[in-house]
Order: sequence, then C-alpha cells, then structure tokens
Amino acid sequence: MTAGAVAQASPATWDWDIAQRMMPELLRGLSVTLQATLVGITVAMVLGLVLAMARRSSLPVVRWPVVGFIEFVRSTPLLVQLFFLFFVLPDLGVRLSGFTAGVLGLGLHYATYTSEAYRSGIENVEKGQWEAAVACNLSTRTTWGSVVLPQAIPTVIPALGNYLVAMLKDAPLLSTIAVLELLAVARQLNSQLFRPLEAFSLAALLFLAVSIPAAILVRYLEKRYGYSRE
Amino acid sequence: MLSTGQLQQLFSGAWITIQVTAYSAVIGTLIALVGGVASLSGSRLLRWFTRVYVEIFRGVSAIILLFWVYFTLPQLFGIFLTPLQAGMLALGTNMGAYGSEIARGAIQAIPKGQTEAAIAINLSPFHRLRHVVLPQAVVLMLPPFGNLLIEVMKASALVSLIDLSDLTERAQNLRTLRAATSLEIFTAVLVLYFLISASITLGVRALERRFGRGLDVGGGLGGAVK
Repeated sequence: MTAGAVAQASPATWDWDIAQRMMPELLRGLSVTLQATLVGITVAMVLGLVLAMARRSSLPVVRWPVVGFIEFVRSTPLLVQLFFLFFVLPDLGVRLSGFTAGVLGLGLHYATYTSEAYRSGIENVEKGQWEAAVACNLSTRTTWGSVVLPQAIPTVIPALGNYLVAMLKDAPLLSTIAVLELLAVARQLNSQLFRPLEAFSLAALLFLAVSIPAAILVRYLEKRYGYSRE
Repeated sequence: MLSTGQLQQLFSGAWITIQVTAYSAVIGTLIALVGGVASLSGSRLLRWFTRVYVEIFRGVSAIILLFWVYFTLPQLFGIFLTPLQAGMLALGTNMGAYGSEIARGAIQAIPKGQTEAAIAINLSPFHRLRHVVLPQAVVLMLPPFGNLLIEVMKASALVSLIDLSDLTERAQNLRTLRAATSLEIFTAVLVLYFLISASITLGVRALERRFGRGLDVGGGLGGAVK
C-alpha cells in the first residue's frame, strides 16, 4: 500500500484519459457507498428510537446497560467496531458479509447519536401531555404511539439529517472490511494503474459532489423548520 | 488471556494514538481559531476563502482526505510525507474545518457591547480580540471542542490504514498473528479507547472550570459537532 507513495516521488500531471477510464468504476463504488448509507441510517433511526425509549425505562436493569452501551459505543472508533463485527464475530460463530457487518456497524454507531436526538425530542414534549395520557387512562403503547412520538419525532428530523450526512462521510470506512464502495474502488484502481493522483482526487471530488449538496439541503431544512441544536 | 508483552504492545499503540490525536488537535485548534476570526473578517475575500475551506474539508470524509494527503500530495508536489505527518495534516485540517464553525459561533455569541466598549477605550483590533472577545468566546467553545476532540481521537484510528502502528494497527497485528483470541484483543482495545476518551472528557471539564473562572458566561453552545 505504501508503494504508491514511495514510487511516485516526482511531480505528476493530471491525465484525462486515465481519469475517464476510472470514472465508471468509481461511480459504481459511489452507488455502493450511497446504498450502505441509506441502509445504515435506517438501522440507526430505528435502533436509536429503541435506545431512547429504553433509556426512559423505569427499570434500572434496562436503563443502566443502555446508558453504558451508548456511552461506550460513542467513545470508541467506528473503524474498530467494524473490525469487531467483521473479524471477531466469526470467531464466535456469527459470520457476516462485509456489507452486512458494515451497515450494522454504521447503524449501531449512529444509533447512539440518534438516540440522543430522540431523547431531547422526547424531553421537549410537555409534561402535561404525559399527565393527560395518564388521566385518560391510555396504555403505555398508546401514550408513546399516539401522544408522545408524533410530537417528538418531527423536531428530531433535522438532527437525523445531520447524522445522515455524517454517516455518508463514514461510509468509506467500509472499504476496510471488503466492501467495494467508492474508496475501495479508488484504492484498487490505484494499485492497478499506479495513478493515486487521479484515483484519490476523483474519489474526493465525487464524494464532495454528494456531501456538499446534502449538507446544504440539511441546513436549509434546519432553517426552514426553525430548529437549532443550540 | 493477553500476555504482558501483548498488553505492552497495545499500550505503545495507545501512546501513538494519543500523540496523533494531540498533534492533530494542535493543528486543528490553530486553524479553527484563525478560521473563526477570518470568517467574520471585514474582507470579503478572506470570508469567501474560509467558507470554501470549511465546505471542502468538512465535506470530504476524513478517511478520503487521509488517503488523498498520503498518496496524492507526494505525487502532486514531489514532497514525501511520513504516515504521522500525513495523519496529523489530514485529521488537523478536517478538525480545523469543524472547529472554525464552532469558533465563529462562539465569537458571534459574545455581546456586541463588548467590542463597542473595547473600541471606546481605544484598543487595537488585535487587542480587542486577544483581551476582550476571545477570552470570553473560549469558554463557549470548550464544550463543543471537547466533543470535537473525541471525534478526532476516534478518527485517529484511521492512521492504522496508512501503516502507523497506533492502537488499531496493533490490534490488527495481534489478530493476524493469532496471538490471543480476537475477542480478547478487540475488547482490550475498545476499553483502552474508552479510557482515552473518558480522560479527554475529564480534562475538558477541568479546562472549562479553569477558563470559566471570573466570567459569568454560562451555558455553552451545546455539543453540536457531527
């Protein structure tokens, strides 16, 4: 892997032919990156909500492990978590494909972030709403499903958008566990053609072409719906 | 169980992780302060330049930036970067982009009257910033900077991909050597990362108390980093 850096010590110029040859494969890689992000954010959105609700449980045996899990996962690198899912689980008898381990890793990691967003959304639902639900003798299920969550979730959407953009930026980590996404394709092309300049610059540009518009869209949504995390 | 020698290897990896994080944080903080001030400057060119920098270095993912810096910069300019240099450059410029936005927000949050009073007593623009605005803004910046620092520490695991023997690389190394079960190795590594992260949190809290002394700026900007 270091060969690319050592072999090319002299300045190089951009080669359009090479760039053109690389594009179709890089675009296929980008589409895998996007797929992983979409599946990953879905996992994070569902699991994050479960964690946020479990964190409010009245049972300490439920609450404390959940708090510990959230803190631990948030404080450790996603890369190591991906390695854990991809390399350690098979030793324990659970074999996952790179893509499955990858979206699971992205989903678990970001669930700990989205759960905090859900938590503040749930906490912002007025206390009177809970009290009214008790007064009307609503079941726990109806209280959450028909009273609390419909009010909490809309306020959380912009924050989820931010995590979607953040997850997109972490999706290239999946290249380390044998997923042929954008960065993996760039690395492969670099080792085949020895052209790091075109391979990694194009990967970076393609990436920016998705991530900057996505970030601008999320910022617009934040402004539009009058939500700020400050 | 991991042997003493294996644990020592992990500790020396953790030390590399701490060093990469610290160097990147120094670069990132300097860029963030300059960027935060520049994004509020009177010069349109300077504001525009900062905006472009922030959008690009925040928009591109840290891992792609790292590969670009390590493999492409040498080819482009004929300069050779060691993995450590490439790592701190990529993580530092990435952190600097996020940090600029935090610094900008904090400076903007300082009441205008402070600057006006500093102008009234004839302080130069530099002294206004150095002695009036920044000391107050730093207190607001600290909590989100603490979160950012933890993100940088986590991102430092990426340098294992460019052959720097940090904690993650040591773990992968021990795993391929089958030195212990992978579960033991990775559990130990995750715990070490957690401890580093917890130390950062405690350190930042101590700094908050230190810088907050004698100022009645409460609250902070919240933890919006990612």
